[in-house]
Amino acid sequence: MSLTKFTRMTGTCVPVLGPDMDTDRIIPARFLKCITFDELAGVMFWDERYDENSNSKNHPIDDPRFKGASIILGGANFGCGSSREHAPQTIRRSGVQAIIAESFAEIFFGNSTGIGLPCVCAKPEDIARLASWVSNHPDTELTIDLENLIATWAQDSMPLSMPAEAREALTRGRWDAIVELLVNPDEVEKKNAELPQVRCSK
Amino acid sequence: MGKTLFQKVWDAHTVGILPDGRTQVFIATHFLHEVTSPQAFGMVRDLGLTVKHPERTFATVDHIIPTDNQSEPFADATADAMIKELRRNCADNGIRFFDLPTGLQGIVHMVGPELGITQPGMTIVCGDSHTATHGAFGSIAMGIGTTQVRDVLATQTLSLSPLKVRRINVTGKLGAGVRAKDVALHIIGLLGAKGGLGYAYEYAGEVIENMSMDERMTLCNMSIEGAARCGYVNPDQKTIDYIKGRLFAPTGADWDAAVNRWLSFASDADAQYDDIVNINGADIEPTVTWGISPDQNIGISGTTPNPANAKNDDERKMINEALEYMKFQADMPLKGLPVQVCFVGSCTNGRLSDFREVAALIKGKKVAPGIRALAVPGSQMTAKQLEEEGIAEIFRQAGFEWRLAGCSMCLAMNPDKLKGDQICASSSNRNFKGRQGSPTGRTLLMSPAMVAAAALTGCVSDAREIFELN
Repeated sequence: MSLTKFTRMTGTCVPVLGPDMDTDRIIPARFLKCITFDELAGVMFWDERYDENSNSKNHPIDDPRFKGASIILGGANFGCGSSREHAPQTIRRSGVQAIIAESFAEIFFGNSTGIGLPCVCAKPEDIARLASWVSNHPDTELTIDLENLIATWAQDSMPLSMPAEAREALTRGRWDAIVELLVNPDEVEKKNAELPQVRCSK
Repeated sequence: MGKTLFQKVWDAHTVGILPDGRTQVFIATHFLHEVTSPQAFGMVRDLGLTVKHPERTFATVDHIIPTDNQSEPFADATADAMIKELRRNCADNGIRFFDLPTGLQGIVHMVGPELGITQPGMTIVCGDSHTATHGAFGSIAMGIGTTQVRDVLATQTLSLSPLKVRRINVTGKLGAGVRAKDVALHIIGLLGAKGGLGYAYEYAGEVIENMSMDERMTLCNMSIEGAARCGYVNPDQKTIDYIKGRLFAPTGADWDAAVNRWLSFASDADAQYDDIVNINGADIEPTVTWGISPDQNIGISGTTPNPANAKNDDERKMINEALEYMKFQADMPLKGLPVQVCFVGSCTNGRLSDFREVAALIKGKKVAPGIRALAVPGSQMTAKQLEEEGIAEIFRQAGFEWRLAGCSMCLAMNPDKLKGDQICASSSNRNFKGRQGSPTGRTLLMSPAMVAAAALTGCVSDAREIFELN
């Protein structure tokens, strides 16, 4: 299995700021009624974007200035709450190629890395500066350099951070864990034999 | 130097270190439900792989099932397709499915413990963030995404990085009317909704030791609301007593060996922690959320915050956003606030002891006029037991709708939903915007006793006053 190596990504940004952006807000539970992920394109942040009568709430995602943006700028604890992979799935399937936020919830981060959606952290003041710049210059192209952990735009730049393992997985094209998990079946079976297993007593 | 339970369980399940530096961790027990598994089975099929250890895999159905009428086909065609898909996937792969007719169906985080499948010293995963619940037994139990469900189905392992461990000591005694739910909300309020990022929480101290297994499950369940992917309590005699005699518990000589092994996983006295937090149990009040994140909570005698007193701009924005969504004022007491819906249930507070406690409080009394009150036992086994004990009848007599087992109004995936901007006094775990099914619905998280007080009075009330608990 040959996987994309995520080393550099370039695109315009859309700010979806604020802390504790939970996965219920990223994708309301009613969209989880499905047996494939195929229908999830375009529904990200739905109830944040539209009211009950389908009137636009003028969310940044629908702001014509940010049309076509492929990098989301977020706040702290992005993706908290439910473990639903539908959240990163709808984001990726809606054309987003990376998320930069102050921090990410564990499960969301793991889910995103596992489907090749890089989540990188930056300092809050740097994100604020970038978001402010983007608001005034929405066409600005941002480049995320995952190998050197730096984001650059216009005449500016900011340092990025990411756990070493995740960066390694993304930049080397090893982000789909199944490839490596299948390598050592004998070791896995040894562990299986070693560990007790529950059995029905009746 | 000693080890924590987390380190011991992690080490016991480590298969090896992967080339990217992450650990390949063996998964002892894998739970499945209908929402996060169908795509995973599809991926396994697409890759030409098979389910590696069906005997370590257990499934049930909880999120999408109606709690009023469970005869099939369900009125909702997609929900019907989802249960049938799970049934087919389990049959095709030899996975044990606690289906509706078995009498063992229920919320996955209740079924595992009730059947004795959840045991100390295990790695337990499920495509559901509230898998943290199972940590009450002294396991590493965590929620995973669907691609990881695929990984576990196909390899019985996951690629993970270890967590740091924060010990949270809750010392002393809880006041009258203060329950595990209040402790959980208090901790989240204190450390913040993102306070646990990167950590497993080890709950310890006199208050935790005195908790029943049901209460420990409530506490561990909410770990994820404080950003800790898992939380646990060290196994002790209560843990052992709870498991003994259950359907999947070891028997005979196996039992004694299992008990010795289980207790050996408890953290050593000289274990090193990455962080330690001390909380005095006496400082905890019955606690209620006022906002749109579980850390936005106050003791019942408190008032909503004032954005003018916020520490910084971010906090001010958060307070304003929450007050605006909730249609609340700053400096407003919650006590006396009218509610429209009351919900006792969910994987947080849908257990035997929750309903027994509420029944004792509401016996012979009536739900306030105009209030919709739902009582939803979390599992069929719990429902049956509560029926036999006469507890279901106490709820019905009081004016509660007594429903069939499922996730119900905790989340918006079945017919139990809020309408418009109704306020719900809820024993569930999340007060996110729109969580209970209406995009403008408002959730106040609280303990079952506090929900009972709200149901009888029609407004947020202090259970200690209403039920004269002292």
